[in-house]
Amino acid sequence: MSDDQSASGRYDISLSDTGIRARLAVIGAIILAIAGAFAYVAGWFSPTLLTQARVIDRFEQVDGVYPGFRRNHAKGVCIRGTFESNGQGERLSRSALFRPGSVPVIGRFSLGGGHPQMPDGPMAVLAMALSFRPVGGEEWRTAMIDLPIFIVKDVQGFYDQLLASKPDPATGQPDPAKMAAFGAAHPEFVRAMQVIKSHPSPSGFADASYNSLNAFRFVNSVGVVRAVRWSMAASEPFAPATAEQGTSSDKNYLFDNVIARLTRGPVQWHLIVTIGQPGDVTNDPTMAWPSDRERVDVGTLTINRAESEAPGNCRDLVFDPLILPWGIEPSDDPMLSARSASYAESFRRREGERKTPSEIQVPANHKGS
Amino acid sequence: MVQRRPFTLLSRILHWTMAAMILTMLFIGIGMVASLSNYHWLISIHRPLGILVLVLVAVRLVNRLLNPPPPLPEGMPGWQRFAAQGSHVLLYALMFALPLVGWSMLSAGGYPVVLYGPLQLPPIVPQNPQLFATLRSTHTVLALVLFATFLAHLAAALVHGFIFRDEVFPSMSFRRFGSAAASGVRPSARAGK
Repeated sequence: MSDDQSASGRYDISLSDTGIRARLAVIGAIILAIAGAFAYVAGWFSPTLLTQARVIDRFEQVDGVYPGFRRNHAKGVCIRGTFESNGQGERLSRSALFRPGSVPVIGRFSLGGGHPQMPDGPMAVLAMALSFRPVGGEEWRTAMIDLPIFIVKDVQGFYDQLLASKPDPATGQPDPAKMAAFGAAHPEFVRAMQVIKSHPSPSGFADASYNSLNAFRFVNSVGVVRAVRWSMAASEPFAPATAEQGTSSDKNYLFDNVIARLTRGPVQWHLIVTIGQPGDVTNDPTMAWPSDRERVDVGTLTINRAESEAPGNCRDLVFDPLILPWGIEPSDDPMLSARSASYAESFRRREGERKTPSEIQVPANHKGS
Repeated sequence: MVQRRPFTLLSRILHWTMAAMILTMLFIGIGMVASLSNYHWLISIHRPLGILVLVLVAVRLVNRLLNPPPPLPEGMPGWQRFAAQGSHVLLYALMFALPLVGWSMLSAGGYPVVLYGPLQLPPIVPQNPQLFATLRSTHTVLALVLFATFLAHLAAALVHGFIFRDEVFPSMSFRRFGSAAASGVRPSARAGK
């Protein structure tokens, strides 16, 4: 027999009105508490919290918004080639990339900065980003620059430095007072800049060597973990950048030169893995490791040709430094996660925007090799 | 009358396991897109946990078809029946959609879909920037809809458990069903025995 409803067809709730109200209030409080915790975790109560959106907002604030382009390293050109492993890395990392053999690589040369039409110059930060793409294997992406060490040790420092070094519209140079204040608050920046200034800049992309800056961990097949940093060391003879280059009438001379160089033949780099010792700093990219650390040449990168950024090539890849194969792991450097997060936010914004052609257009007669 | 009964034990285990996983996923998801230093370890959990939700919701749908849920209480007003059934359809749709949109989004963005170590999934849509952007926004919107639906579902469950005190809440809990249902002070029900 039916026993759970009254004649009216409604529930009997054997609670007083006060009891119902009290219980409803408790239920409401539970729901509000969960929603509040969610909003807190989302950062909605923390307007000053440094988030990935705020890092990218800062680039847009300093450089402007150029729809469809990366918010940093906006100006660039795609490259293609192969990585030939010599097998020397096998003892360091279990990744199949380090077994003897060859894998296709796509990548990108770019300049540091968020303006996709910025003029090339001798002071520009040159970058090489790579995606190692073994057929049926795990991909490895790495984004490196030609500085020997990084300029700040954490993302807050990077965020503050972007604004402090924003050129004053009146002079075209950063405001010296703001830079001095930034340097006082970030002594590691002042130290790093001295090191960086003592290293001559390369004359172009082909003779530049590129550094991971952040430390990582290599894990080999028996589980031995080593702190590492890596570099793509140029095979081309080094020529220092000259002041005359800055006066070139070609505002894309760095890119035009490397495209012309690739037209003449492939350009090579050696992947050099530097192995840290216990006690070497792994969470601060402004600190160089001692120069006597073991360096292992694990293979040769050969870049055969350049391509204008276009659908399906390097344009639509995010060179997230934490896209790593099994056998390479992040170190304890918090900047790695911050880079990964910020690149994702830049990617999220630009992929939904209308694309305009890159400043760097590879001539049709560039065949490469 | 319809025989009152709880959900099967398997249904209840699936429900509470997935409840914990999905709530974890919602908090990890909203937290990681704001975070800088915690982003990497959070997303390293988010991807495999999302795929596990997809596997479990498929198991759960099959289980639901084999072991239909107990009927709603007799006498429940029509709008409440509609809300209950509609929200369950929505919850199932979102439990399938969110992992599939996430997986598609990574595929369209050219990301490798890494679960753990060397374990990776293949892309399920072609790489395409506009598709990535659309799926990326869809993932956020659907996650917020799922969170709102979860809150409504929890609020309704608590109202059944603490105010109506009918068999709805006990049917999904691990307390003994009969004792739990009978403890609801329902004079008309007792009088009917």
